Amino acid sequence: MSTRRDFIKISALGTGGAALAMSSINLVQGSSIFSNSNSSANRGLNLKRYPTYCEVCFWKCAGWTHVNEEGQIVKIIGNENDPHCYGRLCPRGTGGVGMYNDEDRLQKPLIRENTGGKSSFREASWEEALDLIADKMKEIASKYGPESFALLKHGSPGSHLEHLMRAYGSDTVGEPAYAQCRGPRETGFATTFGSWVGSPEPTDIRDTKCLVLIGSHIGENMHNSQVQEMSDAIDKGATIITVDPRLSTAASKSKYWLPIKPSTDIALLLAWMHVLIYEELYDKDYVRQYAFGFDELKEHVKNMTPEWAYGITTIKPDIIRKTAREMANAAPSVIVHPGRHVVWYGDDTQRERAIAMLNALLGSWGRRGGFYFKEKLKVPKYPQPSYPHPKWSWETLGEKYPLAAMGITNEIIRASIPEEEGEHKVRAWMVGGTNLIKTIPDKPLLEKALQSIEFLVVVDTMPMDIASYADVVLPECTYLERYDGIRSATNREPSIALRMPAVEPKYESKPAWWITKQLGERLGLHDYFNYEEYSEVLDWQLKQLGTSLEEMKKIGVKTFERSSGPLYLSKGEPYEFGTATGKIELYSTELASLGFDPMPVYKSHPEPAAGFYRLIYGRAPMHTFSRTANNPNLYDLRDENNVWVNPKVAKIWGLKAGQEVWLKNQDGVVSSFPIKVRITERIRWDSVYMVHGFGHTNKNLSRAYGRGASDTEMITKVMVDPVMGGTGMRGNFITFITSNPRKGVES
Amino acid sequence: MRYGMAIDTKKCVGCSDCVVACQTENNVPIGYCRDWITETVSGTYPKVEIELRTERCNHCDNAPCVRCCPTGASHIIEGGIVKVTANKCIGCGACIESCPYDARYSHPEGYVDKCTFCDHRVKKGLQPACVSVCPTKCMYFGDLDDPNSEVSNAIKNRKYRVLAPEAGTKPQIFYLY
Repeated sequence: MSTRRDFIKISALGTGGAALAMSSINLVQGSSIFSNSNSSANRGLNLKRYPTYCEVCFWKCAGWTHVNEEGQIVKIIGNENDPHCYGRLCPRGTGGVGMYNDEDRLQKPLIRENTGGKSSFREASWEEALDLIADKMKEIASKYGPESFALLKHGSPGSHLEHLMRAYGSDTVGEPAYAQCRGPRETGFATTFGSWVGSPEPTDIRDTKCLVLIGSHIGENMHNSQVQEMSDAIDKGATIITVDPRLSTAASKSKYWLPIKPSTDIALLLAWMHVLIYEELYDKDYVRQYAFGFDELKEHVKNMTPEWAYGITTIKPDIIRKTAREMANAAPSVIVHPGRHVVWYGDDTQRERAIAMLNALLGSWGRRGGFYFKEKLKVPKYPQPSYPHPKWSWETLGEKYPLAAMGITNEIIRASIPEEEGEHKVRAWMVGGTNLIKTIPDKPLLEKALQSIEFLVVVDTMPMDIASYADVVLPECTYLERYDGIRSATNREPSIALRMPAVEPKYESKPAWWITKQLGERLGLHDYFNYEEYSEVLDWQLKQLGTSLEEMKKIGVKTFERSSGPLYLSKGEPYEFGTATGKIELYSTELASLGFDPMPVYKSHPEPAAGFYRLIYGRAPMHTFSRTANNPNLYDLRDENNVWVNPKVAKIWGLKAGQEVWLKNQDGVVSSFPIKVRITERIRWDSVYMVHGFGHTNKNLSRAYGRGASDTEMITKVMVDPVMGGTGMRGNFITFITSNPRKGVES
Repeated sequence: MRYGMAIDTKKCVGCSDCVVACQTENNVPIGYCRDWITETVSGTYPKVEIELRTERCNHCDNAPCVRCCPTGASHIIEGGIVKVTANKCIGCGACIESCPYDARYSHPEGYVDKCTFCDHRVKKGLQPACVSVCPTKCMYFGDLDDPNSEVSNAIKNRKYRVLAPEAGTKPQIFYLY
């Protein structure tokens, strides 16, 4: 059966005329990234700077885009007053200029055409592309209701698209940042402290005496201010304890590296609690005043001794005791870090609960060097009518996960497949700022959904894998070329940051605010887009906050005084937590009432069969997701991923360093591309490791195409968290294929 | 006045921000670099250690690249910074061969290029680009002749070593460990 939604390789499809147009643009503009006409001595002269905040990752560091007299962006430097970056961007922020210069960027709207049983893209005018999308949106709304048009999104463009979809009548919205990333920790901490962790995490790392990382690899994930504060903490002699089956960069800087057997973290966390309680090392006053369910917890962990945990985790009992005592000695200036990408084994909410509870026993929540009380400034909403009330939404689709607090992408995807159960069906998708192919596990299910939906719009700056499946592709301009919403995020002090265009958008790309306004006008939603330029919205909002667009253009970042009280609890201060009991719940009344374990229980997880190795994935500091693989500056720093293999394993397989292998997982899925072997003592013999986000399948990414392999492609076994719907992805096992499995097969 | 740098390997995470910041500051063409990251791994799992460090020209006191340059393009300026005058360089590559640190590269425009300690910034009282962006603040730059400079303070109370001391080049970048 031929499928309607062929996977289209954009580059192969341009007509002669289009290809010609592209190459002429390359001659003029594409050459600039390789141009060396400016000598370094002149580089710093007469530069104009414009405020921005970075969109290369979600940390959104504020900086200054520097533009030379020829109107070229030459560099981006951090804003000194920004609590996200303290004046120093990370490699991705510094290399953000490559996102602008990338000659593979989407240039014009593209529309899918089906002729003679074959799909192809043709370039279209904005007029035509927007008319087509608006007509489809009207059609979907009248046939099925606007709720059937889902939005899957990330980042700044996502906010504009969400505004459009809410105005249109759909709140069927999800982002991988929740169910494929940090969702479980928000639920785990909310059920304990009555508060989300949020982003950036309110971890008081700069003043901590002990930082405990459970699989979190700060320094490889460049969560900027955290990396900086970890470095400060190293300077001050803080103890770092890292639990990781791999010697991560952070582990290499740790006093204690606990090379744990993967999937057994909960046993270690329970044993640590056992030591704190039974050696009476926990913060007694804090627990007495603020905690609920201590006696239940004491009884719960009674037999969970370090000796018990040793058999499970392979971490020696004396190390478990020593590290527990280190934490207690540092308390309350200790942080057991919640981590960020925490969807591992499907019991992730419970593991995050255990982390939260450990922090509670150490008395670190609301304490200097532990977790501070974050504060965020509320940006007033630009005047608009209230959104229509949808008949169903992400909440309805996620109903079977009682504590889901945001849209569950995987459930929205499931609801897009007619044969799957469920009353409400999703018929069309808008996708903005997220490359679902490298984000959503269980690709067969995703493919099925992509085949089932009637219409797919992709908004992006780059021809990512997902763009190949679209009916319409809209070229968004990069963050350096546009206004966006005011960045207001949680920090020690509330602050706001402005993003403004430093240069005109390249090619025919457009900002998401403009795209959504154009669609809104076509849908008769003018009252939701009651402005000509987005700068009007910003100026209005900024004036409400006691500043103005004019002032923000000069300063980029503005910090405000706290209004919610001090950063930390004072001794004995009465405090009500946002839980049902008003206390820190060591025993979760909420989980108990829903029929879940009120306190975490260690359960064993499947292990690799002989000849298979657990797939562990993570980040490289110079890349974000799959977003940056083609960025010329960042590609230059790392152009592919490797599969890390322990020398013992390499010996069994006869693998040589740098050798290309194909990966095959437990379900027989073979990687689309080979990946080079890195033989290293940094990884356990029962696991392999690879950096996420490589192995791009879109040929129009001229650099990134086929470089390295995709971890996401290998993740077909998903262990769903029954509490909040997160997709546990660390239960996949791979083996090696040493000769090309597709030899002689036309690709 | 003697410029030098100390790099704290206990803090460097090998993120490469120094590399890309140097490229954008100095218009280093993509595919080339004046500074780079080295990772060394020692031991056997689970007793493994790694060292990450950012490397660049060592601005040696006894610089073989300057001695072997046939045109005088490679030279030393005030503060001991080793520089190349592009329009005097004939691209012969003798300096590249002579450098034990592999710190120089052939620029596609036909001359040899390398780290300048961002002397154009230093003149203005700024830090070199790599130092100014480093998220871990693992690099300390300044005047080694000034006992109170950041770099002098950094090496005062710490163990440090230089790279390839056996080459006799008297390098001026010190790795704290």
